Amino acid sequence: MRIRNLLAVTMLTGIYSLVVAVLFVLMDAPDVALTEAAVGAGLMVILMLGTIALTTREERRHSMRHNLLALVVVAITGAALIYATLDMPRFGDPEAPAHVHLSPRFTQESPEEIGIPNMVTSVLASYRGIDTLGEAVVVFAAAVGVLLVLGSGSVRGRKSRDAARRGAGDEGP
Amino acid sequence: MNRYIVLRVISGLMIPIILIFAFYVQFHGEYSPGGGFQAGIVFTAAFVVYTLLYGLEAAQKAIPPEAAHALSAIGVLLFAAFGFASLFLGGNFLEYKVLLPNDQAGETFGIIGIELGVGITVAAVGLSLFYSFAGRRPDA
Repeated sequence: MRIRNLLAVTMLTGIYSLVVAVLFVLMDAPDVALTEAAVGAGLMVILMLGTIALTTREERRHSMRHNLLALVVVAITGAALIYATLDMPRFGDPEAPAHVHLSPRFTQESPEEIGIPNMVTSVLASYRGIDTLGEAVVVFAAAVGVLLVLGSGSVRGRKSRDAARRGAGDEGP
Repeated sequence: MNRYIVLRVISGLMIPIILIFAFYVQFHGEYSPGGGFQAGIVFTAAFVVYTLLYGLEAAQKAIPPEAAHALSAIGVLLFAAFGFASLFLGGNFLEYKVLLPNDQAGETFGIIGIELGVGITVAAVGLSLFYSFAGRRPDA
């Protein structure tokens, strides 16, 4: 059974994001949870709904042939990925590589060095400031790309364009 | 949405609270979860709700798309300005502790500044994206 109603799929995506956000809270990552809830369940769903309003609500039916080779490839890849997770350290393992290299310095010295208690902010804004600057530039570039493709969506601009078109139509033969 | 009186009234009450929460996330980000990125998105969400209630034209009267475009660049420039300011004061790029005489105060000042830049950029970009999608009519 497949859902072909894109509205339902969009809602499911939003619900999925919300559930993942709850999962992040349970794993003590409220910063990430806040982002996931606001972007995944909020803005992204709205943009998807805007896209659906502009295009179509129903996915078109394609005639699908069953491809055995694809199934085999997917099964092998999945098995390889599951095998790879066996090598990962257990959740919360203090001896995990991520917790012995730079983390002790950040957790022990950043309150002294930066003077603010939220270490996530210290790492993001100060230790990895150039990364964050790059992210801000990426966000800006994404907006420029969308503006180039879709236009600014200005209501006032649209009205004046419509008026100009009507004016030109009146003057024509 | 004008037919649904409960939704309309409750959403109207929620908008100021969402906006204040955005500013709280922005300026309390050093002590509690959050920061510029989250605050910007929450700010955008308040405007999305406002648009659903009062229409796109009213929202664009409050913040015109041109202003949103300019602000998305201004935020990035503000961020970079902090980097260059610390560069010209004798530190490395984005080394905030040279900004003020006290190292800790300088770091905190720099972080608040760049978080503000990130917040402005993200809020303005979110708003421009929303305007672009919502303001476009389907091609006939």
